Amino acid sequence: MTEQSLNSPGYEISPDMQNVVAITNLDRLYNWGRRSSVWPLMFGLACCAIEMIVAQTARYDLARFGMEVMRPSPRQADLMLVAGTVTKKMVPAIVRLYNQMPEPKYVVAMGACASGGGPFKEGYNVVAGIDKFLPVDVYVPGCPPTPQALIAGLIRLQQKIDKESIRSVRWYRKGGDTVAVPVPILGPDLIDPRRMPEIKRVAAQGAAEAKS
Amino acid sequence: MSMPSMGTPAPVQEFVDLSSRFPGIVAPDSRAGFTGWIVAAERLVEVATVLRDELGFDLLSCVTGVDYLPENRMEVVYHLNRTTGGPGLNFKVQVARADPIEVPSLIGVWPGADLQEREAWDLLGIRFAGHPDLRRILMWEGFEGHPLRKDWKEAFYEEDGKPFKSRWPEGQLQMAEDRNPLQDNLSFPPGFDPEKWIPEGDALLYGSLARYTIKDEQGLSTDSIVVNMGPQHPSTHGVFRAAIKLNGETIVALKPVIGYLHRNHEKIGERNTFLLNMPYTDRLDYFNSMANNLGYAITVEKLMGIPVAERAEYIRVIMAELTRIQNHLVFIGNLLNDLGAMYTPALYAFEERELILDIFEAVSGARMMCNYLRFGGVVRDVPPDVMEKIRGLVHDRLPGKTDEMERLLTENEIFLSRTKGVPMIDGETAVQYSITGPVLRAAGVPYDIRRADPYSIYDRFEFDVAVRPHGDLFDNYIIRIDEIRQSLRILEQALKGIPEGPVNSQKPQYQVRVPAGEAYGRIESPKGELAYYVVSNGKPNPWRYHVRAPSFVNISALEKICLGKKIADFVALFGVLDVVMGELDR
Repeated sequence: MTEQSLNSPGYEISPDMQNVVAITNLDRLYNWGRRSSVWPLMFGLACCAIEMIVAQTARYDLARFGMEVMRPSPRQADLMLVAGTVTKKMVPAIVRLYNQMPEPKYVVAMGACASGGGPFKEGYNVVAGIDKFLPVDVYVPGCPPTPQALIAGLIRLQQKIDKESIRSVRWYRKGGDTVAVPVPILGPDLIDPRRMPEIKRVAAQGAAEAKS
Repeated sequence: MSMPSMGTPAPVQEFVDLSSRFPGIVAPDSRAGFTGWIVAAERLVEVATVLRDELGFDLLSCVTGVDYLPENRMEVVYHLNRTTGGPGLNFKVQVARADPIEVPSLIGVWPGADLQEREAWDLLGIRFAGHPDLRRILMWEGFEGHPLRKDWKEAFYEEDGKPFKSRWPEGQLQMAEDRNPLQDNLSFPPGFDPEKWIPEGDALLYGSLARYTIKDEQGLSTDSIVVNMGPQHPSTHGVFRAAIKLNGETIVALKPVIGYLHRNHEKIGERNTFLLNMPYTDRLDYFNSMANNLGYAITVEKLMGIPVAERAEYIRVIMAELTRIQNHLVFIGNLLNDLGAMYTPALYAFEERELILDIFEAVSGARMMCNYLRFGGVVRDVPPDVMEKIRGLVHDRLPGKTDEMERLLTENEIFLSRTKGVPMIDGETAVQYSITGPVLRAAGVPYDIRRADPYSIYDRFEFDVAVRPHGDLFDNYIIRIDEIRQSLRILEQALKGIPEGPVNSQKPQYQVRVPAGEAYGRIESPKGELAYYVVSNGKPNPWRYHVRAPSFVNISALEKICLGKKIADFVALFGVLDVVMGELDR
């Protein structure tokens, strides 16, 4: 069961007490609780979402990892599974959903499209990877990744959670509360508010080249 | 609920001589490899009305545009069918390629033209005069340009056709980002200032909703609320959004907002070689990759004029029908989710689906994105042990499981009261709105392309076209069960009749030779009429590659279906349309 990750190493617990007593520290207890109840946002973009649903069903049974509770509301979710192609038209909504999720929150880029644009990278409406906007914790390769691959990715996420410490996580640091990611704007093309000066400079260059 | 198989009428071109009926207005399309008629734009509506009312072409299958840049011409292509069966007919309208490009709208003749005309406006910049709500549909308002025009280049543009020279034969490693000054998939018009940009937002969308006013019995205007469902909403099966105007709980106006998964299938497809498009078709309707492959394969085979290996025909039918079964199972599970029976029926459905996906994985190597068909056959043979597995599924497991599904749901009191007598659409309206597939058949119209215009080897099998008379939610559910049973019948016959032999009539090849011309191939996908319109100019890449996706066209009727219904029923009414976003937005 879970005692292996809950118990601090080096403490002997007699076999008859193993499911009753744990000797641990606060970080381990805290991470143990969090890693065993990661609630994903019920949110699918494309083909990968189907494999995400399949991972929830009887054969793969994501419930074994405490992740079966898909929340349709971002306010109740810890994990955003970006399952599918991120399009320019959709990305403002995705960023807004991410901003609405409370800390601690994680992002898994599921599949080739969410990781880097995938087969549709050259498309005019496709964002070449969600990591252009959101901090991604785990990338899961595949097109689409099999449910096993997704579960492997989620186990990596659990391992990442295990390594965190209350003393250093960003959401407990003074003034270290997350700054919202600026929501992209739909212009003649997708405008990232953080890159406005750069866009202006390149567009002005283009105008100068057109004149000459 | 069965109907006799229709005879094969003579090809339409022989007895419909439009050019003598409309001298000087309609002329046959005489380009090599092309069929159909060319209609003068001014008289388009008149010709279309005659085609519908006198010649019986009641179903507008497909509207799309083609940009003939070298000839400086824009062409709108219409494909018509008869719901009584037989081959289709196409006609074209040609206009000079100078802005504004304008063609009369056919929305008055076939209301189903609505979304397809909007798509042609959005992607090709063809204005449809008389269209009441001509807004962009897949891209957003304010987007620069019409992307499917041949002179429109995207940010990561490299070359007009694949394989790109940088990849083959030279084979340099080059990132697409390095070619773009912003190191990203972005391009802005010269001199653009993002700080001064005012986004259009949804002003036009809400403007088109505002035209619907609500009056109560005394003739007083009452207030309404606009509710946005989606693009992230658990009931919308993906990233669909509906802007709904409500009077209390009653829907008075509804506008579908789509394009959140528009991944430029057609633009990429026109850059790909013919064969390279095959894996992309997998990702259209990602539940039914085998059916998508089949539609594309038969379209290009029509153009190439090559036969299909006999054994491969049987394998194709087996895979297409297995696909239909798993699609309908998932549909039933999802419908019950939508009705509030969260998960249990869906878990039953997915259990059977897994077994079918195991077969797909065994033959093609992938569970969902099979990429299994090739022009002339399939990519590799079905191993004997997999064939045994299919037999086991078809003969032993699936019939019983279908009965079990029915026992679980069909007589369930709550399910019945939620679905029986909730009207969806009647047959006549469904035809006007170009609805195809199970939704049309549940409204009493026995139109199934496997019978109406048989493709592949469907004419060899004995099966009934499932039809239900009422067109309510319940009929839309039970017809899927009927269709699963019919698919099992076809599978039994196909498994009995499958011959030994090669699985491809052609040698394996990377580059296929496709002669110039056009082809329109259609199949009965589990969701409706899936058709591809491909124009080749003899080069390795298609000049035009259009997908007539059933999900997209069926959505045209969504507002009609939902008007006057309660908002709580919207979820179920939308659910039975069985749309998939990959195909809807492409």
